[in-house]
Amino acid sequence: MADDPILSVRDLHVSFRTKRGLARVVRGLDYDLHAGETLAIVGESGSGKSVSTLAMTKLIPMPPGQVSGEVWLGDDDLVPLSEKHLLHYRGRRIGYVFQDPMTSLNPVHPIGRQLTEGMRYHLELSDEEIRERAIDLLQKVGIPSPEKRLDDYPHQFSGGMRQRVVIAIGLSCDPEVLVADEATTALDVTTQAQIVELIGRLQDELGMGVIWITHDLGVVAGIADRVLVMYAGQVVEAADVDALYARPRHPYTVGLMRSLPVLGDLERRDLASIPGLPPSPTALPEGCAFHPRCAFRDDDRCATEAPPLRDIGDGHLIRSFYEVPEEIAQEAAAEARIEIEPPDADDVGDAAAEVGSRSGRGGET
Amino acid sequence: MSDDRPDQPPSDEPAEEPRQPSAEQPELERPEGEHRPQWRQTLAILLSNRAAAVGLVVLIVMVLTAVFADQLIRFPINEDNIANRFAPPSADHWFGTDDLGRDVYSRVVMGARVSLQVAAISVTISLVAGTLLGLIAGYRGGWLDTVTMRAVDVAFAFPAVLLAIALVAVFGPSLRNTMIAIGIVFTPIFARVVRGSVLSVREDLYIRAIRSLGASDGRIILRHVLPNVAAPVIVQTSLSLAFAILLEAALSFVGAGVQRPTPAWGLMLADAQRFIAQGWWLSVFPGMAIFVTVMAFNLMGDGLRDALDPRQRTLIEARGAGGGEDE
Amino acid sequence: MSDALVTVDDLSVYFPVGRRRDGTAVKAVDGVSFEIAKGETLGLVGESGCGKSTTGLALLRLVEPTRGSVTFDGIDVRELSARDLRRWRRRAAMIFQDPYASLDPRQPVGEAVGEALDIHDLHQGKQARRTRIGELLERVGLHPDVAERYPHEFSGGQRQRVGIARALACEPDFIVADEPIAALDVSIQAQVMNLMAELQRDLDLTYLFIAHDLAAVQHVSDRIAVMYLGRIVELADRIDIYRSPQHPYTQALLSAIPVPEPTRERSRRRILLEGDLPSPMDPPSGCNFRTRCAEVFEACGRVDPALAPVTDGHEAACLLHHDQGQAVERSHHPDAREHQKA
Repeated sequence: MADDPILSVRDLHVSFRTKRGLARVVRGLDYDLHAGETLAIVGESGSGKSVSTLAMTKLIPMPPGQVSGEVWLGDDDLVPLSEKHLLHYRGRRIGYVFQDPMTSLNPVHPIGRQLTEGMRYHLELSDEEIRERAIDLLQKVGIPSPEKRLDDYPHQFSGGMRQRVVIAIGLSCDPEVLVADEATTALDVTTQAQIVELIGRLQDELGMGVIWITHDLGVVAGIADRVLVMYAGQVVEAADVDALYARPRHPYTVGLMRSLPVLGDLERRDLASIPGLPPSPTALPEGCAFHPRCAFRDDDRCATEAPPLRDIGDGHLIRSFYEVPEEIAQEAAAEARIEIEPPDADDVGDAAAEVGSRSGRGGET
Repeated sequence: MSDDRPDQPPSDEPAEEPRQPSAEQPELERPEGEHRPQWRQTLAILLSNRAAAVGLVVLIVMVLTAVFADQLIRFPINEDNIANRFAPPSADHWFGTDDLGRDVYSRVVMGARVSLQVAAISVTISLVAGTLLGLIAGYRGGWLDTVTMRAVDVAFAFPAVLLAIALVAVFGPSLRNTMIAIGIVFTPIFARVVRGSVLSVREDLYIRAIRSLGASDGRIILRHVLPNVAAPVIVQTSLSLAFAILLEAALSFVGAGVQRPTPAWGLMLADAQRFIAQGWWLSVFPGMAIFVTVMAFNLMGDGLRDALDPRQRTLIEARGAGGGEDE
Repeated sequence: MSDALVTVDDLSVYFPVGRRRDGTAVKAVDGVSFEIAKGETLGLVGESGCGKSTTGLALLRLVEPTRGSVTFDGIDVRELSARDLRRWRRRAAMIFQDPYASLDPRQPVGEAVGEALDIHDLHQGKQARRTRIGELLERVGLHPDVAERYPHEFSGGQRQRVGIARALACEPDFIVADEPIAALDVSIQAQVMNLMAELQRDLDLTYLFIAHDLAAVQHVSDRIAVMYLGRIVELADRIDIYRSPQHPYTQALLSAIPVPEPTRERSRRRILLEGDLPSPMDPPSGCNFRTRCAEVFEACGRVDPALAPVTDGHEAACLLHHDQGQAVERSHHPDAREHQKA
């Protein structure tokens, strides 16, 4: 891992003015991302995980939205930059892959045109070079016979293939940071496996930093180096992936893990659900934002005083006055552990382990 | 409005005895935020749109004028006074007098009753007939739908005014026949609006959910399809009322509508045309009446379109500061 | 199983394509057979477009089946007249995926629940009706005084509970739950799954639980059927299907599901499926899955494997486990041989 982070976010705040008052969607976010590193941001809807990355390049409606803090990409702070200047960063240095491959492509343009649009704007290349690069990118993301498919329209691709195109667009200008915002949520699980594998392989090849935003703790386990758990616009727990899964210490993270049904759970334990609902960003509770739902709360303190994010050792951060006791943390981790080995490619013929992309018939409509 | 069925009076608490206590007795949840009836939200959004609020006020004034016309008029509307022809507006005759010396103000006031009555009755005819046709065609589909919609297409192929004139020519000109003719002319518009909405509502998941409970088609249509197609129908009603007033005026203008000496705005305009040199007030005041009323209906129709559209609703709420605060 | 509450035999649903009657049809469900015992939960899993939801709808005749039969407690559901069908629906309810779309936006939630009572003339009288509505809302963890509120005022999880209360209103024996948790956040999913389990215990319900999330399905189900392209490819006990998946598709599906364990996840070699799902208008000849199967062999293009027992209570539709298959490809699954013909 490189010494200097390629992306540093400091005290990022994002809020929106609404009729019901100020919605504070991201409240003081800090993190570093290094080259080649995968940072996972986990949270439920409304936790601010998506908005925080969109706000880095102000891809949110700005009259109601407000951004403050610092976003250092190399030596540049993006927050004070004007719309015009940000154009040089969006797509060029920070690439995005969004959730829904159905709507993140424009249905009336062929994919080749959408793929080359950013390159034509950002890169000083001839038309011929751009075309070559486009073909190369499609090849990389596993689209068979790419030179023939450049002129096809999005509807001529299947969901998984479309998401590959979206990834190719995200990578088209060789960004230092790729933000994958719920990039596999809309896909079937077998397709998700392909896409996760693909992004991992591309990251190894190209060495970019990846911010992977998801609500799926399973996906995170396989790909992340470091994990941020967000709740109500703040990081409530941050740790290296192994530490987090072995010993989650924040009550919310523990709650999430215990509410997860786990494959191959033999005796069918009861799922421990987190009572209640996440707070509305316009009406955040006093004190700790999680305290109304917390099983470990102490009403005197948690309801009045907001806990700071503190280090409990080895860069494991939690935002809570109380650490979940070791035994409970380990129990939660054990509950999330599968009891039977899932089938593996080794169990079947080797041919199956090959990525489907190279087969001739992939990608038909 | 989206009619909240009021068969459950709010706030009187049923005498609820606690259920058998379950093991851990989790807390019972309520949604966040205070409860506001839907019609109040709709009204709030409607009134936050300034143009629509103006339209609504004008219409209320117009309706009151029509209702209390007998009290508001200053002279008997059909009393000739040849001695006082073409008197310009004055303290006595606010809007002047016409070629027969009749008080224009009184006739415009009484004309409101005639025009609004024609508009209301004819639009009601088309609303009922068109909604029925559209509901059946849209919900049932098949040949019934094909036949109805082809008939609607044919009706649309005629210019509205010509069709209305032709119908009046067949029925014979009279106040009643004018209303029937306008009603017939507008029926296809409602049929088409309703059918389109029914087609989309019919596919909504909640219709399927209610069918899964064992509901009959009749119940589904009356209690679920109809309330959910109400919004576009209400908007269309408002716009049609405007158009009905224009159409009535046009019919009366060419002599195929309301007959003399009934004081209809269109008829007054037609008569004024001959005396344009003698008095500007003869045409300006009835013309203004038509303009203001039609405008008000249109403004309110546009406002209703926004207020009744749930997507618009969230948009407006999200937009926050924009749009006047109403409460 | 003689205590079956629901027996589905050769159920098929074809949707004609276009207006011409040239026989082109989307074979959404194509010859599906299974039984659900009283008090049991059968899980139905598969990826989008596999026909699992259509199967649930056809079972309740919310979509008319093209072929096959559904028997419910001795009643031939396909033979019911329109009127009898409406009456029967009291006994078999449905919970839908999207809690935002499955409630009428213009109906207060209490009325949504009460409507089920009205339809079947239950709990007549204003007071009795209101009490019952309050009971049902409480049953699903909502305060009875929310009855006059509108669906848009509720969160997704709360709406889903209203949907469940509505399904419970007529005290059904059987509930088809179509992706009831897919639209909900993780912490809310557990609430709804726990509620459904509790209701099943208390009210002796039988469920068909349809979902794409195999972990959730496994959590709530007693047995699991895996669907692919309109067919059931494997049907087994919830543990068996995981311990020894027999069909190559089930194996790929299980191998693709990420598990929340970093070390295991990083070292796993997934079985990645080749290509895309074939069009259900023109499924491959022979075995549906052969175009993406790693273990495909010559006979797969000719023979369409039926769902056949592999071991007791474990069925798979794969030639590897049929006589024809073994002759050609014996080496692959040596244990398959012991299990032929139960």
